[in-house]
Amino acid sequence: MSDPVLEARGLVKTFGHVVGLAGVDLTLFPGEVLAVIGDNGAGKSTLIKCLSGAMQPDAGEMMLEGNRVSFASTQDARAAGIETVYQTLAVAPALDIASNLFLGREERSPGVLGSVFRKLDNGRMRKQAKQHIDDLGISTLQNINQAVETLSGGQRQAVAVARAAAFGGKVVILDEPTAALGVRETGQVLGLVRDLRERGLGVILISHNMPNVFEVADRIQIQRLGRSAGVITPRSHTPAEGVAIMTGATTLEATPGTPVVPSPR
Amino acid sequence: MTVSDTREEPRTAEELLQQRNTAGRRVHDLLHRFPALSPLIVLIVACIVFGLANSRFAAPENLSIVLQQAAIVGSLAVGQTLIILTAGIDLSIGAVVVLASLVMGKLASGNGMPGFLAFLLGFLVAMAAGLVNGLLVTRLKLPPFIVTLGTLSIFTALTLIYAQGQTISLGDSGFLTFTGKTLSIGRFHVTVGVLFMLLLYVGFAYALRQTAWGRHLYATGDDAEAARLAGIRTRRVLLSAYVVAGAVVGISAWILVGRIQGADPNAGINLNLESITAVVIGGTSLFGGRGAVVGSLLGALIVQVFDNGLALIGVDPNYQVLAVGVLVIVAVAADQWIRSVKS
Repeated sequence: MSDPVLEARGLVKTFGHVVGLAGVDLTLFPGEVLAVIGDNGAGKSTLIKCLSGAMQPDAGEMMLEGNRVSFASTQDARAAGIETVYQTLAVAPALDIASNLFLGREERSPGVLGSVFRKLDNGRMRKQAKQHIDDLGISTLQNINQAVETLSGGQRQAVAVARAAAFGGKVVILDEPTAALGVRETGQVLGLVRDLRERGLGVILISHNMPNVFEVADRIQIQRLGRSAGVITPRSHTPAEGVAIMTGATTLEATPGTPVVPSPR
Repeated sequence: MTVSDTREEPRTAEELLQQRNTAGRRVHDLLHRFPALSPLIVLIVACIVFGLANSRFAAPENLSIVLQQAAIVGSLAVGQTLIILTAGIDLSIGAVVVLASLVMGKLASGNGMPGFLAFLLGFLVAMAAGLVNGLLVTRLKLPPFIVTLGTLSIFTALTLIYAQGQTISLGDSGFLTFTGKTLSIGRFHVTVGVLFMLLLYVGFAYALRQTAWGRHLYATGDDAEAARLAGIRTRRVLLSAYVVAGAVVGISAWILVGRIQGADPNAGINLNLESITAVVIGGTSLFGGRGAVVGSLLGALIVQVFDNGLALIGVDPNYQVLAVGVLVIVAVAADQWIRSVKS
C-alpha cells in the first residue's frame, strides 16, 4: 500500500454553539475513490470545505503527501493540487466551455502582447480545453465555444469535472456530483470518476446516493453527528448496513461486516 | 388517412421541439453571442429612415453634430457599462462628472493652476468617488443602487457647495479645453472629445474581451458566488470596476469641460439616467454578466440620432422623449428573451 496523498487528523470546526466537526480523521490514498456518506448535519459539507480551503478548521491538522498544510482560501488548496467540484458547480453560465475551464487561471499570450497588454491566448486555451475534454472522453461536449448555460445538467457537470481533472494535480473532491442528474448522465459522471482514479488521483466523493457510492467507491467513510462512524468497503458491507451505521441504528463494532483481505493496492 | 403524405413526421417530443424552434433559436443564438447586434440594426434602420425623411440628416455637418452631442453621454456610458456588467448600477455617475469638471475648471480659473495639474486633480476626485462607491459596495455589502443613490445626493451637494453658485468660463485655449478643439476632415467636424470617447471604447472593448480582468468582470457579474468558488477574487474585481469607472468619469469630465468651455454645476442633471439608457439600449443586461461595451456607444448614438432626426422632421420634442422611453422598454424586453435559458 502506498503512502496517503491526503490525511486529516482530529479536525474540529464549530459554529457558535453548533459543532460541525468533532475531531474527524480522514485518509485518502492515490488512485482510490473514497466516498463520504452521512445524514444531513453529519458534517460532510464542513469536512469538504475544510479540505478544499473554503473553511479553516479550528483544530486538527492536514497533511498533503506527508507535509503539513493549511489553506487560507480555495486558491491555496488549488495551488497545492486539490481541486473541488462544488454542488453548485461554480461555472459562469454566460461564458463558453473553454473560458470556464480556464476561469481564474487564464493564460496570456507570449511576449509583449501578454506581458504589457495582458492579452489572453484564447486560441491556445481553446486548443487545450478541447484536448482535456477529448482525453476524458467526454463526447457530450461537442462545441467548445458553446455558452455553458445552453448545456444540459449532465453536460455542465462534465464541464466542472473536466476542469477539476485538467488541473487537479493530486486530489479531486466531488460534492454530490450526481444529485441533479438523470440515469444516463449519472453513468457518464461515474465513468469520469473512475477515469480520475485510473490516472492515479485521489478522489473524494460526497453523495447521498447509496447505489452510486457502492458502485464506484473503493472505501466508504461514514460520518455521523460530526464524527467518523467508521470506514467500510463495498465488499465488507451491504448498502443497508451502511445506511444503518449512518443513521445510528447500529455501529461498526456491532456490525463488523464480512472481513475482507486488505486492498492489494 | 393520407397515404401520399411523404413528409417525415417528428417521432419524439424532442424532435418536435427542435423542428419548431429552429428559426427563433437561431436568432436567439445570434443575439446571445453578439448582444450589440440589435442596437446596431436599430441604429442603421433609424439612420436610413431619417436620411430618407429629411435630406439634411445625412449631411456630414449634421452627423458631426450628432457625434459631438453623443460624446459626453457616450464616454460616461463606458464607465456605466463596467458597473452594470457586474450586476450593479451607478446612479451617481452624472453627479461625479460635474463635480470633477468643476474641480478642473475652478482650479484652473480661480486658482490659476496649470491646466494639466487641474485636470489631474479633477481626475483623482472622480477616481476617489469611484473608490468610495466601490468600498461601500464591497466592504459594507450594500446594494449598488442604494450606495449610489446616497452618493448621488452627497456628490451633488458637494458640487453645489464647492461651486457657490458660480459657473466657470474658460478661454478656448489651454489644456483643459483641448477636448473641445475641432478637427475637420472634409465636411466632417470632429472634436478631440469625440476621438477620446472612441478611444475609450476601443480600449475597453479590448480590456473586456481580451484580458483576464475583463473575463473575471463578466464572470463576477454573471454569478458572483460561482466566480468566487472558481477562484476569482470577486471583491477585488468589483472594487476595480468602480475605481476604473471613476477614472473613465474623470476623462468624461475633461470632455465636458472642453464642450461647454468651462464648468457648470447644473450641467449634468440628466447624465445619470442618459448613461444608463445608453447602456440598456446597447444590449447590456441589467442583471450583469452579459453585453458588449460597443453596444453602449450604439445606444448613445441611437438616442442622439432619434433626438436629431425627429427634430429635423419637425416632430414635437416631447415625442423624442417618448421614443427613447419605448426603446428602453423594448431593449430590456429583448434582454429578458435573450437571457431565457433554453435546454
